[in-house]
Amino acid sequence: MKNRRSVAAVAVCAAVTMVLAGCNSKAKTSTKSTSKAGFNAAVGKIFQPSDKKGGTLKFANSGDWDSLDPADTYYGFSWNFVRNYGRSLVVFKSAPGAGGTQLAPDLAETLGKPSDDAKTWTYKIRKGVKFEDGTTVTSKDVKYAVERSLDKTVFPDGPTYFNDFLDLQGYTSPYKDSDPSKLGLKAIETPDDSTIIFHLKQSFSGFDYFAQLPSTIPVPVAKDTGSKYKEHVVSSGPYKFDQNNLGKNFTMVRNTSYDPATDPASGRKPLVDRMEVALNVNSDDIDNRLLAGDLDVSIEGTGVGAATQGKVLSDPALKAKADSADIARTWFAVFDTDVAPFDNVHCRKAVLYAADKTGYQRAYGGSTGGTIATSLMPPLIPGYKKTDLYEFGSKPDGDVSKAKDELKQCGQPSGFSTNISYRVERPKEKATAEALQASLARVGIKLTIKGFPKGDYAALYAGKPDYAKSHQLGIKIYGWGADWPDGFGFLDQIVDSRVIRATGGNTNLGIKVPEADSLLDKALQTTDKGDREKIWGQIDQVVMENAAALPGIWAKGLLYRPPTLTNVFVNNGFGMYDYTVMGKK
Amino acid sequence: MRAYVIRRLIVSVLLLFIVSAVAFAIFFVVPRIAGASSDDMAARYVGKSAGAAQIHQTAVHLGFTDPLYLQYGRFVKGILVGADYDTGPSTVHCPAPCLGYSFLRQTPVLPDLLDRLPVTLSLASGAAVIWLLAGVATGVLSALKRGSVFDRSAMGVALAGVSLPIFFTGLLSLSVFSYAMGWAAPGGTNPMEAANPAQWAYDLLLPWITLAFLFAAAYARLTRSGMLETMGEDYIRTARAKGLPEHTVVLRHGLRAALTPITTIFGLDLGLLLGGAILTESTFSLPGLGQYAVLAITENDLPKVLGVTMFAAFFIIAANLVVDLLYGVIDPRVRSR
Repeated sequence: MKNRRSVAAVAVCAAVTMVLAGCNSKAKTSTKSTSKAGFNAAVGKIFQPSDKKGGTLKFANSGDWDSLDPADTYYGFSWNFVRNYGRSLVVFKSAPGAGGTQLAPDLAETLGKPSDDAKTWTYKIRKGVKFEDGTTVTSKDVKYAVERSLDKTVFPDGPTYFNDFLDLQGYTSPYKDSDPSKLGLKAIETPDDSTIIFHLKQSFSGFDYFAQLPSTIPVPVAKDTGSKYKEHVVSSGPYKFDQNNLGKNFTMVRNTSYDPATDPASGRKPLVDRMEVALNVNSDDIDNRLLAGDLDVSIEGTGVGAATQGKVLSDPALKAKADSADIARTWFAVFDTDVAPFDNVHCRKAVLYAADKTGYQRAYGGSTGGTIATSLMPPLIPGYKKTDLYEFGSKPDGDVSKAKDELKQCGQPSGFSTNISYRVERPKEKATAEALQASLARVGIKLTIKGFPKGDYAALYAGKPDYAKSHQLGIKIYGWGADWPDGFGFLDQIVDSRVIRATGGNTNLGIKVPEADSLLDKALQTTDKGDREKIWGQIDQVVMENAAALPGIWAKGLLYRPPTLTNVFVNNGFGMYDYTVMGKK
Repeated sequence: MRAYVIRRLIVSVLLLFIVSAVAFAIFFVVPRIAGASSDDMAARYVGKSAGAAQIHQTAVHLGFTDPLYLQYGRFVKGILVGADYDTGPSTVHCPAPCLGYSFLRQTPVLPDLLDRLPVTLSLASGAAVIWLLAGVATGVLSALKRGSVFDRSAMGVALAGVSLPIFFTGLLSLSVFSYAMGWAAPGGTNPMEAANPAQWAYDLLLPWITLAFLFAAAYARLTRSGMLETMGEDYIRTARAKGLPEHTVVLRHGLRAALTPITTIFGLDLGLLLGGAILTESTFSLPGLGQYAVLAITENDLPKVLGVTMFAAFFIIAANLVVDLLYGVIDPRVRSR
């Protein structure tokens, strides 16, 4: 009996080992790579794979960083780059293509373990992870990091997911915390140095996506200087700050306290010895320097400018060094159902049928700028299901006869007049408005184009319900990028009607579909990943059934890849090159 | 003379005060008149997913909920006696003259401006030397060789210099002289990080020339017309009749008189540039005051906009003051008025 048990145990172990080995070998062989230059050579595969260490990576940014403080940053490129100097509980894996949309445990040993109702999430911290000064990272450092991120007067730029979902019970900030340890938040427990437990006020099945936010990157309480912490963030990642001239540039060098053995799952590959990041560099100059080989990466990851796009695409040698990256972003227009006649679904459908989608695409630079969208949710988001209710794919320039039918059903057989808004600083949005104006005129829908300043578009104009209604903004041109490649990260802020505030500042510019709201609630309680992802597809479908928005294009960026770079690939988790693995020849 | 200087100084301080009030009104009062509430103002300074409560909290934190006179009073008080700012775990004192804290970056404005001043100072002073020498010399030669090939070519180039925008000449010169030929530093090079003065000059060479090209063109045309007018005066004829050497006639008697209006314009131009050479700094990605102004405006960061406006106004007013005082030295009639 004992023997049979032993044999069985050995057999099970062997089977498990074989399965794991199989998975591993599958994972290894499925990571494609190439050393041959060519268009899209770094899309879905690693270009010029290398283990060679050394060298300096030069980055440039045409703007400023919102903040280098992990608690106060909301830019996609920043979330990509922050992994070099901070380790969040969970992280998007550094892997080419769809592999990058998968979460991997980073500071945590495994992904989160939820309670049955998905209101309590537990993580175990890896042993041996250290800050740059050699002190060991504990669960309390993570708790403190999340606590401080809640203080939006000190950290106004960061996301508010923890503010919205944690059971705060009135807690606002560690800076106002009477607890001597500054760890008074009851919603996060740290029973020991390696365990952290989050208590939510509502079920949220996708909490691992919150755990990948930079806000979970540990911060030692003794080193916290509040809004000045961005001047010297204490690193827990493979690099640490060397010099930091806010608004100008910063440099990073290897963090000697980082132990790769504690980082088995993230896919990081710290190859270079040094990173130099220049800020507020002229965007045309960035493109010129990339082509001249004086710069390695345009850190914003949105692609080269229009002038350089033409140059790159028309020269085969340059095109071979470019990648067209899919981005989890959609350019679209929203109907305001408070503005007549868009309270009638048939009037909205008339616009959907009449719109010339090729004009929308042309406004964004043609196929380089993106592909014609048939629904709101970009295809690279897990759960996407193809939806093309209005035949955008087969009739991209519109269907005038169907549009006229819809106009009859809407009670406006000869068309109607309305206003269309856009952001004046964005010529592509203006071109979109003009293209729509021309195509809708074919069925008698007269659009008057109204431009508004970008900075106040959501706060004072298109995103302020009473202004939009009183000024008859029937169609509002907009765009949205997912906070992370997941249905919640993309849809929550643009289709949930309950996030629309009368005071303005809305990112949902008018989509009100009760069924979509219910499905969002259902998804938050669905712990099975596959089932949850199906719901995102359903939400996308019902939004289109209700003709709540006019999808424009799913964005793409034309990235330029200087030949001196190794280990380059587009990470779909961020829609740009992965900044934790690049090396130099 | 002392009374004149004191009078001018008092006027300058008054002017600065008026500039601050007008700038404050433009950025804080006008949006209110246009219908923006305190929460609307605060919505610019929160993350994209901020809720109504957070926006209101930010409005209170940034002082938008206070009456406008209190907000302006706080700004003036900061300049006169300094201000305290909450960084979270502690409060920091921003000593007078405190131009406020950035709403977005939460950093004090004045140290940022002072940090960037050397870049703008380097750019403006170097370019000024080039444009003054090249512009005046070209203008003098053109006037003396009026109608010649040199005169026509020089004035043609000057016209191009005035007409071509810096973002065109700057990017073109970067492409040719830096990226193609490697003769000059690339864009984004911070000259204040140069290891030695030679490196500093090398880093600034293209921005200097590009900026100077624009101004030299105007100065050449101005000097030429001034010289043509002066050289036709009776006293020049008298100087020549007395047998003075031609270079003495031209430089001591002709150019000296023609330079008076140039001095005035030079002072004002330099003052304006010290407030920020916006296009040149943006084109060459130089971290100076001009770039700071562009960032402040594009980000709608009101304390930064106010701060850089005050700073620029200070330089323009100071330059005006210096020019006025110099005028008093050059022309005693000004003092007696």
